[in-house]
Amino acid sequence: MRDVFMRLLKAPFLRGEPRAPEHFWALRDVSFDVQQGEVVGLIGRNGAGKTTLLKLLSRITRPTEGYIEIRGRVGSLLEVGTGFHPELTGRENIYLSGAILGMSRREIGNKHDAIVAFAGVERFLDTPLKHYSSGMQMRLAFAVAAHLEPEILLVDEVLAVGDLEFQKRCLGKMDEVTKTGRTILFVSHQMNQIRRLCRRCIWIDDGRIRCAGSMLEVVSAYEASFSTPPSSAEYHRREGTRSTRFLSWRIAEPYTEESNVLDSFGSVTFEFVLGVNVDIRGGVNGIALFNSDHQLIWATSVSRLELSKGLHALRFKLPSLPLRPGVYHWQVSIWEGGHCFDQWTCVPDMIVGTKPVTHPHEEWQGLLNLPWEFRMERQNRSERGQEPSLVNPQVD
Amino acid sequence: MNTSVTPESPTLPVLPTLRIAPAIRWWALPLPELWSYRELLYFFVWRDVKIRYKQTVIGAAWAVLQPFLTMLVFSLFFGKLAHVPSQGLPYPVFYYSALLPWMYFSAALQNATNTIVENQRVITKVYFPRLALPLSSVLSGLVDFGVSFLMFAAMGFYYGIRPTVAAIWFPAFLLLAVLTALGVGLWLSALNALYRDVRYVLPFLVQFWMFASPVVYPSSLVPTKWRWLYGLNPMAGVIDGFRWSLTGHGDPPGRLVCISVAAVLLILLGGLAYFQRMETTVADVV
Repeated sequence: MRDVFMRLLKAPFLRGEPRAPEHFWALRDVSFDVQQGEVVGLIGRNGAGKTTLLKLLSRITRPTEGYIEIRGRVGSLLEVGTGFHPELTGRENIYLSGAILGMSRREIGNKHDAIVAFAGVERFLDTPLKHYSSGMQMRLAFAVAAHLEPEILLVDEVLAVGDLEFQKRCLGKMDEVTKTGRTILFVSHQMNQIRRLCRRCIWIDDGRIRCAGSMLEVVSAYEASFSTPPSSAEYHRREGTRSTRFLSWRIAEPYTEESNVLDSFGSVTFEFVLGVNVDIRGGVNGIALFNSDHQLIWATSVSRLELSKGLHALRFKLPSLPLRPGVYHWQVSIWEGGHCFDQWTCVPDMIVGTKPVTHPHEEWQGLLNLPWEFRMERQNRSERGQEPSLVNPQVD
Repeated sequence: MNTSVTPESPTLPVLPTLRIAPAIRWWALPLPELWSYRELLYFFVWRDVKIRYKQTVIGAAWAVLQPFLTMLVFSLFFGKLAHVPSQGLPYPVFYYSALLPWMYFSAALQNATNTIVENQRVITKVYFPRLALPLSSVLSGLVDFGVSFLMFAAMGFYYGIRPTVAAIWFPAFLLLAVLTALGVGLWLSALNALYRDVRYVLPFLVQFWMFASPVVYPSSLVPTKWRWLYGLNPMAGVIDGFRWSLTGHGDPPGRLVCISVAAVLLILLGGLAYFQRMETTVADVV
């Protein structure tokens, strides 16, 4: 069952002077399928070709080569307020913008009241749009867009604009929309939005698909690409004598395909491999975990280690490490009596790729991504009166 | 390539597949697609009409005032002073009957030419058949035309000019005017999207074109042997047709109109092809 089938595409863009057109391939050899009802995230750096892809899918520009096959009505939200005219009233703009986005007149008529209520502009419906505050214009624009109901929705980073309240509302609406079984392609630079909304992800880099697959995998790989690459010079420039040194690290348990990606809330074992060249008595092993802001998350040390020559695996087991998804790095060291053999900022970085379970709002996502439960019980006064033990427990 | 629908989705309607590919049939008439976007076309026309006289004091009265004042000036200078022949019509009627289609044509042409550039933002953000833009410019001009036509009816009443049988041809000439504006508008709007020079050329073009059309003089002034060449200007056929069908004066401009119709069809089909070729890349270059 496929509602969308795409296989694509190469599109050169014309840039610069019209007389000396300089062609380059904005997208090349990009080929993928999207099933009906899937919510697919498109990620990549600025200028990677994400928007071009959406433009091709929505027929705004045509591919130079390749083809796309689409089943169903496509709605594209590349900006909010497409087609708004400042001289027209709010009501008139609802109709105009709705029609431009692909709604029929009857559809807009049916949804008119809902749109007005969502935007909260009842009082100013017959005021020209140019007299609206920019916030009101934005609300109205998004209200129209949110009531667009095509089978396939292409959303560019429209959620990145507007105030917190607006973003929250957008995200809530997006959450809602993804549950209605519509097919959505969603461009965002905010990985936690992607984590929340998408199950699949496509990472576009320099006009090509760099990585496509499960959201977790792709987002982790994408985030890892931003962490410092393990340059060999840095690798060797370490504190310590290097007769004894750390060689590698991994997440030993639970097993994941990428040994530096943590994607579960359960217990986890980290393993650091240490190569020892001299016998160490009374060794101290320090370990610290930092986030991408180099803020210390957790640290400890183990002392009185006896290490003989050879390879040793140092394992730390934690009952749970419910960190906010993102990039982290470990730092490990080995000491003996004030002498540092090695201190290593571990490569690769650790990627936490669990699904966010905390506040939907990026600003309210703290350091922890801690699963939680909520219960509410009704307590009425008479019951309380009957339970003196609560007030004065265990008086025998 | 598997395009089958598996039984997992028995309740879902089988949606038609749209295929987007580089090759487009730019020579084909996009009428079915345009038809499916007719509501959008309606809204574009509606928008153009709504905003045209926003924040003006006398509003749609401009639609009457412009041709009326021009008619006064022409009647005074070309008529009373220069004694241009007027086929036995009172000068005001003679000029106003030509200014009706001419004013419509020049306004529609200017709006159509600028429409792609003016709607740049929408074009780069959402898809619809781009043809809807120049088409709506040309159609929305008909509202002004309707208003200024009322003035003509009043003048006809005043000067005692009654509609004759020739009036049944009037809609055909109006259609010819619309198609002329659309045909030329398609060319110019597509060119304007690429070369903004068009915007500066347009005022001259419109001015020269007016003198190449029988607005201030009757086409009978043109030597007979050059008449066919004159007919290649579609507005010559349109204006002669308007004068004849609205007043019943003079001979039916049969041959001239036939040549004009042929010219319009050529311009229109060429314009469509050119416009549709431009359409594929317009969002990138406009």
